[in-house]
Amino acid sequence: MVTRSILPLTVKKACVTRRGKRLIGPISTTVHRHGLTVVMGPNGAGKTTLLRMLHGMERLAEGHLAWQQPPEQARKRQAFVFQSPIMMRRSVLDNVAYPLMVHGTPRTEARAAAADWLERVGLKESAAKQATVLSGGERQKLAMARALIRKPEILFLDEPCASLDGRATREFEELVCDAFARGTRIVMSTHDLGQARRLAKDIWFINHGHLHEAGPAEAFFASPQTPEARAFINGDIVE
Amino acid sequence: MNDITQGLLEAFRLIISLDRDLIEISLLSLRVTLTAVAIASAIGLPLGCWLAVRRFRHRRLAIATMNALMGLPPVVVGLIVYVLLSRSGPFGVFGLLFTPTAMVIAQVIILTPLIASIAHQAIRELWAEYHDLLISMNTSRRQRITALIWDGRRALLTASLAGFGRGIGEVGAIMIVGGNIDHVTRVLTTAISLETGKGNFALALALGFVLIALAIIVNLIIHSLSKTETSGRW
Ligand SMILES: Nc1ncnc2c1ncn2[C@@H]1O[C@H](COP(=O)(O)OP(=O)(O)O)[C@@H](O)[C@H]1O
Ligand SMILES: [Mg+2]
Repeated sequence: MVTRSILPLTVKKACVTRRGKRLIGPISTTVHRHGLTVVMGPNGAGKTTLLRMLHGMERLAEGHLAWQQPPEQARKRQAFVFQSPIMMRRSVLDNVAYPLMVHGTPRTEARAAAADWLERVGLKESAAKQATVLSGGERQKLAMARALIRKPEILFLDEPCASLDGRATREFEELVCDAFARGTRIVMSTHDLGQARRLAKDIWFINHGHLHEAGPAEAFFASPQTPEARAFINGDIVE
Repeated sequence: MNDITQGLLEAFRLIISLDRDLIEISLLSLRVTLTAVAIASAIGLPLGCWLAVRRFRHRRLAIATMNALMGLPPVVVGLIVYVLLSRSGPFGVFGLLFTPTAMVIAQVIILTPLIASIAHQAIRELWAEYHDLLISMNTSRRQRITALIWDGRRALLTASLAGFGRGIGEVGAIMIVGGNIDHVTRVLTTAISLETGKGNFALALALGFVLIALAIIVNLIIHSLSKTETSGRW
């Protein structure tokens, strides 16, 4: 079966406001079929809001998003990993099987697929545990398996390593690289410069809700165009 | 102090000797309250869940009303049910006054808001937790509610148990609508009330201990049932 891609996604002058206050925008950009985009910016810059907006979880006050397929189609082929992953009060295995079951895969089949994914992310031993007892790093892995199990075309990751230690971060980054290598389009946010340097193919730099720079990672790190981005890269405090 | 020891001894004696009256009123207590809890749960649990996830006009008002109804004084509920069921009342033709059915009706009215309110609270918290995930996964409203009820089933069970606790110890309403008629509508709480009035403290205390024991046993049974289910699944 050939399914046509939902990408590229075109964003035109999109704004998100809350209680009359503009959180981000207007933002115009394109998310191409292939790539690994890292969204950078200080805390409160609007990274989370931007990712949620792209995923269709924020109502646009202005502008619009255009996928290559109708919205319902597009929605089915995206996945999102939240900054603090939501653990359903079920076993680890059932958490990962849930997205399949909810979309009609028979239970045994869904659980078998979930078991495969748990093995891939290194949580095989924990399959029978309650998800709520997992550590931070394990939760992120679970969230990753749960996000990837339906083979999304695009995966949004919101500061997935913000509360992880070095080793858990490295393991998680391996999963990200693996998904990218298999052709999943990735858009992830971070305020960790090192992580951005390790993973990014493209960088979006945002501050105060505006997209200040967007382009290849190498160029961004070599010669940032805006003073804010330069300060951010130098490790200065950006306000 | 002496009364309490005597009460314990008397309770022990009544239980050992399988006292007919004791068994009869204990069983009626259980029957009335368990029936009321079952009906109140069938109404209250879905209602609580529904109020937690559904947005509609006057939702706040509905929730405030539910919480206010939770504080209804049982005596007043009993009185109202009495008036409704009495000969001259609108439902008088059914002849339900002073029957166990009347007691069940009164208890359902007392327990439903309580069960609905606890269920609402629990499901609302779970919904706040799950919201983004379930929205992101593109679930239908029905699937969301199913997930919340399934994952919140312990909390819902607790809501029903709280209802049972309130119902089994309730005396005001069932005294009025049941009439505490020997061999017909006498239950543990109304019997305790009667024996206390007659000055039979030992017997009253004995019945009190039986009541407490029943409440604990029912809780333990239900909890252990839910535990076996858990360990079987995971
Ligand atoms: N629910 C909300 N209501 C009002 N303001 C919000 C809300 N969520 C976020 N904001 C504001 O929006 C801005 C961007 O937030 P966010 O997207 O979370 O930034 P980041 O993820 O880059 O730290 C911040 O100024 C934040 O205070
Ligand atoms: Mg954020």
